[in-house]
Amino acid sequence: MIDWSVITGNLPQYADGLWLTLQLTVLSLLAGLVLAIPLAVLRTSSRRAVFGPVWAFTYFFRGTPMLIQLLLIYYGLGQFDWIQAQWQASNAFWLIFREPYGCALVTFTLNTCAYTTEILAGALRATPHGEIEAAQACGMSRVTMLRRILIPGALRRALPAYSNEAIFMLHGTAIASTVTLMDLTGAARNAYSQHFAPFEAFLFAGALYLTLTFSLVGLFRLAERRYLAHLQPRKAIKGPTA
Amino acid sequence: MLHGYAPSLLDGAWLTFQVAVLSLALALVLGLAGASAKLSKLRLLRAPAVLYTTIVRGIPDLVMMLLVFYGGQMLINLATDALEWDYIDVNPFVAGVATLGFIFGAYFTETFRGAFLAVPAGQLEAGAAYGMSRWQVFSRILFPQMLRHALPGLGNNWQVMQKSTALVSIIGLSDITWLADQAGRSTHQPFLFYAVVCAFYLAMTAVSGLVFGHLERRYSVGVRRAAA
Repeated sequence: MIDWSVITGNLPQYADGLWLTLQLTVLSLLAGLVLAIPLAVLRTSSRRAVFGPVWAFTYFFRGTPMLIQLLLIYYGLGQFDWIQAQWQASNAFWLIFREPYGCALVTFTLNTCAYTTEILAGALRATPHGEIEAAQACGMSRVTMLRRILIPGALRRALPAYSNEAIFMLHGTAIASTVTLMDLTGAARNAYSQHFAPFEAFLFAGALYLTLTFSLVGLFRLAERRYLAHLQPRKAIKGPTA
Repeated sequence: MLHGYAPSLLDGAWLTFQVAVLSLALALVLGLAGASAKLSKLRLLRAPAVLYTTIVRGIPDLVMMLLVFYGGQMLINLATDALEWDYIDVNPFVAGVATLGFIFGAYFTETFRGAFLAVPAGQLEAGAAYGMSRWQVFSRILFPQMLRHALPGLGNNWQVMQKSTALVSIIGLSDITWLADQAGRSTHQPFLFYAVVCAFYLAMTAVSGLVFGHLERRYSVGVRRAAA
């Protein structure tokens, strides 16, 4: 019933696809997180001129499908003569936007950055007031307080929500296959079009995604045990207590 | 306007809206059924529901959609061959709605399950003590309070779901994304047309945010909040 040759014959493509999916997920999550930390600080500012632009950025990227964002960047930018001129002049920065890999990486990074900014901003706002007062009483400057108190605390509190975002990003990278990239989904679509065996082609990719998802969940559980140790339920005291 | 593509994009927008609303309805039904199964005392009901939510939430929606669209067509072909019926073409509209509903049913299951568990047991006992029937306890006490806890989660799920409707363009449904793609190719102005699609999705998610904000207030009328 199951034609295993569809899977075994395409195993190298699946392996390459898996590697590309991992690259896209990990690189965009890292870059997105690094950009999101300063943006989250700006987002929690009380001045409209400061939080306004960040709000507009996250509103756009969270309110539109990532597929459209990717198509807008990959197919859309070529519409402008100015960008065509940059490509002609071999401008290294703008050439990123001619390659599907660069476009996918930029789109995924900006998208996850928008969601992460809002997650971190929420965590920053949830800082207990006493911690801020204590930091001020110790004579910390605003920057020192951010570095030592606000950001570390917010990163911890954001961990559970961020693990969901990381899984969404892993799944989101599947749309890279729509701009000719051979990620895991691309490999599966290729295997399907060669053999017309949808179950073998897509279920195998699905099983690999499932494995990646569980690995990610496991990693985040370890991270939570480490960084949110103070919130874990207490272990029962062993031995007679009285 | 828009090089004469405005009416066609409007048709696409209407189709996308239909896909979103119909798959929401399907996902709500599957979510309620899934949550009931997960909270059931019978293992025979719990096990498939756990399998459903685990697998569906672990696989990208695009892979799921391709599997249902191409796999569904193959299963239907096998069935029609066996029964010697005529060839039936899988309608991408039906496949899209079915897949989105099936995927988000799993997320709604988790939302509803948490919300059902958040209703204090004493409320249900009080209902029973008044002599209410099981249905009365469900419809007057459990369901309305469950909905209050479920609404923020449902709102989030619905926002994600609206954006996932863009994926139906990949299986060939002429939704707004697909039509914008075509218009962009023929006019050589893809940026313009994708920007219009962005505006459409922004409008849809913004209106949904307002509606859900209203519903949350409506269902939380009896909740007292500490003054900030």
